[in-house]
Amino acid sequence: MAIDEILANGRRVTGHRPWPCVVVYPGMWQAAADLLAAGELTLLSVWGETGSAHMAVLQSHDPRVVVLSLECPNGRYPAIGRDHAPAIRLERTMRDLFGLDPIGLPDPRPWLDHGRWGDAPPPPYEFLPVEGDSLHQIPVGPVHAGIIEPGHFRFTADGETVVRLEQRLGYVHKGIDALLAGAPIPRALRIAGRTSGDSTVAYAFAFCRAVEAALGIAVPPRAQALRGVMAELERIANHLGDFGAICNDAAFSLMLAHCAVLRERVLRCAAACFGHRLMMDRIVPGGVAADLDADGVARIRALIDELRARFQPLVELYDGMASLQDRTVGTGFLRPDLARGFGAGGHVGRASGRDFDTRRDLAYPPYDRLKFAVPVRTDGDVNARVWIRIREIEQSLLLLEQLLDELPGGEARASVEDASMAPGEGMALVEAFRGDVLVWLRVAGGRVERCHLRDASWFQWPLLEAVIEGNIVADFPLCNKSFNCSYSGHDL
Amino acid sequence: MLRTLLQGLRTPLTEPKPPADPELAALAATLDQAARRKLGHSLAIRQVDAGSCNGCELEIHALNNAFYDLERYGLHFVASPRHADVLMVTGPVTKNMREALERTWRATPDPKWVVAVGDCAADGHVFADSYAVVGGVAAVVPVDIVIRGCPPTPVQLLQGLLSLLGK
Repeated sequence: MAIDEILANGRRVTGHRPWPCVVVYPGMWQAAADLLAAGELTLLSVWGETGSAHMAVLQSHDPRVVVLSLECPNGRYPAIGRDHAPAIRLERTMRDLFGLDPIGLPDPRPWLDHGRWGDAPPPPYEFLPVEGDSLHQIPVGPVHAGIIEPGHFRFTADGETVVRLEQRLGYVHKGIDALLAGAPIPRALRIAGRTSGDSTVAYAFAFCRAVEAALGIAVPPRAQALRGVMAELERIANHLGDFGAICNDAAFSLMLAHCAVLRERVLRCAAACFGHRLMMDRIVPGGVAADLDADGVARIRALIDELRARFQPLVELYDGMASLQDRTVGTGFLRPDLARGFGAGGHVGRASGRDFDTRRDLAYPPYDRLKFAVPVRTDGDVNARVWIRIREIEQSLLLLEQLLDELPGGEARASVEDASMAPGEGMALVEAFRGDVLVWLRVAGGRVERCHLRDASWFQWPLLEAVIEGNIVADFPLCNKSFNCSYSGHDL
Repeated sequence: MLRTLLQGLRTPLTEPKPPADPELAALAATLDQAARRKLGHSLAIRQVDAGSCNGCELEIHALNNAFYDLERYGLHFVASPRHADVLMVTGPVTKNMREALERTWRATPDPKWVVAVGDCAADGHVFADSYAVVGGVAAVVPVDIVIRGCPPTPVQLLQGLLSLLGK
């Protein structure tokens, strides 16, 4: 088995939890890269620091995870992206941020580095060359027409049909890796929770789980359950917003009006129960920052009832509206082999047949005790990604009911004072509404030495380029909204 | 569908205007009075994300929902800076977004106001010391009103915007 072979051919790192980490020679690193290219393993992430490169890989069936570390004192290491496209942007980033040199990486251009961090004038970015008759280019962004994050989309069109989309991201790069290095854990937590504001709960959840793994901190059962409640409220709020926004981009604004009301009800419930509409800074190492009282439980139960009653007519409205279906069905098709090859998570992967959900396949508390279905479709178009969200909202409501029905008593937060000065390495994967968020970190003396945050979008943004091909320009907003990738989560 | 359409009309969800925030009202009173006379009835707003985490954007979106119903005050969002009276800027300005923000500001005709939304836009917040960040919005373009928060709630956003109108 591939994972066993990797484990047998490396030096096991002690103090790395919960999954094993092995230090390997370049030959074994390359062998793992070959397994990724052959589709035997899925890339979870590749990242660097001065003098070393790391990759995390997933064996999909009977899911197992392993981390490989390669010491590269001269900065050079074999690029995974040479043969496995999903790694390319991550490795361009390793070059930008840590000066590493991925040998054989086919794309020599910087990615997050726009040449603006120093004083010299920035060099122009060389977009890929285009050949052909009757082609024109449409540059969009970084500032976009709506209330939305910035990024650049360079379309090449033949009449109305898009023949290529090339993205340039990195506009909201805030230097999070560097800010985290050396930060005391509480400050690092605040930053991690602001990597992607719409997924602040998922990021804080993953960061805290990684810290708890590194330091051997146990989280009380009540806190585990409350983390799940917040995570599912965040998922519902985002899916409702997306559902409305996708319909709005097909000019059906009535749906957005109603979904925005339902989303507002979720946020007001979150504020009343946990003290913040987006639940920022509510998950801390050892538990949660605010406990849920009986009044809060009642509010969430009332919310579940209201959402069930009000959401169902909206789904029927969507399903019965032929002019809306005409826009979403058959638009923006993502091939299942691409979803699988890129390890695309969330609604992007599951709408195109990739049956993976971190909550089930790399189960973490409280999900390891809960019953829920993972909806998967193979039609892979905008409509499919809408239906995955609809089904996930239904599942989230079921999860919330289970969590409240079985809410354990006891404390909502364990003391972490004794553990917090120890050294350790920890890693966690949490299912954010977009898909799996990975956090890997090394701590010592109460500070973060290195923390790598990998948003689900790294393996979804490139697929948007594939998905828009052959569609009309006017369908780009639909395709883009149906993905809803994170700019800030990606740009770090 | 008719039932869904009418549902919102029977029992309106729209909430009353929030009370004025004294600090914002005082700030707004210092704005150029001639500009206020010209722009004081309705405002076209262009939103620019200059590096935010997207949290502020979510709450700005909420301004358009039935509870807050921004447009009843004569405030609406426009797609181009050339149509705008107000630039609503979020995020610690990243060095990668600096030029885009400057060009958007220059493309906005005078008179115009700049509203810095959120703690990051105020002073960079948790991202202030980064090599990749310039600082608050005021480090790049002149700022007229700052609405603090992480993110500011829709009510706080409304208070800030309404103070521009002198309402």
